[in-house]
Amino acid sequence: MSEFSLVVTNLGKCYRSYESELYRFANWFGFASSKYQDQWVCRNINFNLPKGEAIGIVGRNGAGKSTLLKIISGVLSPSEGNVQHGGRVSAILELGLGFNDNFSGRRNVYHAGGLMGFSVSQIDGFIDDIETFIELGDYFDSPMRSYSSGMKMRVAFAVATMSRPDVLIVDEALSVGDAYFQHKCFGRIKAFQERGTSLLFVSHDQQSIQTLCQRALLLDKGVVVDIGKPSKIFDHYNALITDQQDEVSIDISEIESSEFQVISGTGQAKLTSTLLRNEKGERVDVVSVGEEVILEADVLIVADIRSLVLGFMIRDRVGNVIFGTNTYHLKEVVTNPVQGNVYRFLARFPANLGVGNYSISIAATSGETHLEGNYEWRDLAVLFDVVNNAKNSFVGTSWIDTNIEVQTK
Amino acid sequence: MVHTIRRSRLALLRCYGHRRFIVTSIKNEFVVRFAESKLGALWAVIHPLSQVLVFALVLSNVLSAKLPGIDSKYAYAIYLMAGILCWSLFAEIISRSTRLFIDNAGLLKKIKFPKLALPFIVLGSSLFNFMLLLIASVVVFLFLGHSFNLSTFWLIPITASLAIFSIAIGLILGVLNVFVRDIDQGVPIVLQLLFWFTPIVYPISIIPESYRWLLAYNPVYPFVDAFQRILVNGLQPDYEKLSFSMIFICVLVVIAAKVYSSASEEIVDVL
Repeated sequence: MSEFSLVVTNLGKCYRSYESELYRFANWFGFASSKYQDQWVCRNINFNLPKGEAIGIVGRNGAGKSTLLKIISGVLSPSEGNVQHGGRVSAILELGLGFNDNFSGRRNVYHAGGLMGFSVSQIDGFIDDIETFIELGDYFDSPMRSYSSGMKMRVAFAVATMSRPDVLIVDEALSVGDAYFQHKCFGRIKAFQERGTSLLFVSHDQQSIQTLCQRALLLDKGVVVDIGKPSKIFDHYNALITDQQDEVSIDISEIESSEFQVISGTGQAKLTSTLLRNEKGERVDVVSVGEEVILEADVLIVADIRSLVLGFMIRDRVGNVIFGTNTYHLKEVVTNPVQGNVYRFLARFPANLGVGNYSISIAATSGETHLEGNYEWRDLAVLFDVVNNAKNSFVGTSWIDTNIEVQTK
Repeated sequence: MVHTIRRSRLALLRCYGHRRFIVTSIKNEFVVRFAESKLGALWAVIHPLSQVLVFALVLSNVLSAKLPGIDSKYAYAIYLMAGILCWSLFAEIISRSTRLFIDNAGLLKKIKFPKLALPFIVLGSSLFNFMLLLIASVVVFLFLGHSFNLSTFWLIPITASLAIFSIAIGLILGVLNVFVRDIDQGVPIVLQLLFWFTPIVYPISIIPESYRWLLAYNPVYPFVDAFQRILVNGLQPDYEKLSFSMIFICVLVVIAAKVYSSASEEIVDVL
């Protein structure tokens, strides 16, 4: 326990609905009846969170994310298993925290603080800090009904983080605030983390999970499907949302040490070969900045399909998308491809990328997005390194030709 | 049983930890009322007083002759006010605690805090309303030339037991209402019937002798009777009637504790 701030063991939550509520009442008084139905929303959830670590929770709508967070924060009680935590858990589950619109922000801080178990004198000690943090000026003393949702969110965040919790739970609430305040929030979260606060973070935003979390947990249909590096979890998640039909197969194979490749899709078209060539037509995996390259992908038409779109995405080392497009946007859709034929796509582009390691995900789909008909989606289809031997040195993930002129005045 | 006691004790202890929150919530409630309407909490007094006024104006000629024991011109008004004072505390606690968990669903689903703090907030603010009405009634009584004696202090234990009685019923109804929302609709009707089945507006003498035994099954009647005896007649309450009520209160408290501790985890699931 000492090195963990949160240990979740065999956690499960089940909602019991009775044929008639009378059976429920009878059950309270010790007359057990069998006229009920159990619906498990999550089950067999095991994970732990070392002190100071952040874990992202990813999953489709209804996967059980909110239920899990509510159990961990203590709002719901688990039906089986248990949650152990080494201190105070603070949660921003939704906006509001029981704010009363008739009260000023300041009064609501005291009210919500009291709800969380703080005494008035304790809150007195935090209030100046909260006031400067949320930067609402005179609004802090006017009724909350005049607040925008972003302003309410500022107060809610400040209340939940007024004293450093041991575990902080953030459920998508941050997405409401403006970019400026989001940066402030992340700054505060990071500062807490350095002092040992663990973070549970639910978001559909890949970028913030990847920048904030060391690990991610993929929840689907109430069970933990996968747990690991955020970039790998998001590949798996993207494969999951690609097609909600069950016939889709998802293969995850380990390639090149610790990277994972995710292949998903209906298989109506298959990627038979994917590689990167230079201008001379030679296969390459090291490219210099600005060099003209060709991405070559062969697609075999397995089933009778109406249209074929090929898309690709260049990602950086942690999985952030640098650039992506497809033949739908480039107006090169193949309509009524012939079954059994192989179509070769040649995407030519300059590698205007910063120094580093990149991967390309390639997808053969039926339309604009991979959510419609996904024939095959292949992450890490091509891996390559970018080196700088032609340009002046620079930082960042993109090469932008810059010319600086110096003038004396 | 042991289980119930342990869990109730734990819940009460957690409430005690949130006692300051309970106090500020009660305070906030009055602040809100004044923020929402100019007269604010005074409406809690104006409402029952206007009810007394209406009944007094409409019925005093019909009923004043039948009030035994006192011969003041305003005897009926005083009688009415004593009964309504008692009834308003009972009715307010019951109707507010019936909707207690439903109205606070948003809160219960978002923040971990002792749920049992909510009935205490209802209890506190209802008692505060009661105090306001009591003070207003005393002022009216004195204005009408009615005097008080030492037995008035009996109001303190009577009010306390009435409050416990009401909150126990209210808590049971509040919990059941989460699961069966029909209770929400039924409670005002039952309260209405009970109001007219209790000698508040009319004296007990008006009920035919052959039906009077029914009053023994009216759980609110001993309290209303005690209020009337104390405030109108300056007498001590009827111990015999109240002793049954005390046993009834104990039973109710046990049932409330059992229902609450069995249901407390399921409440948030269903909300």
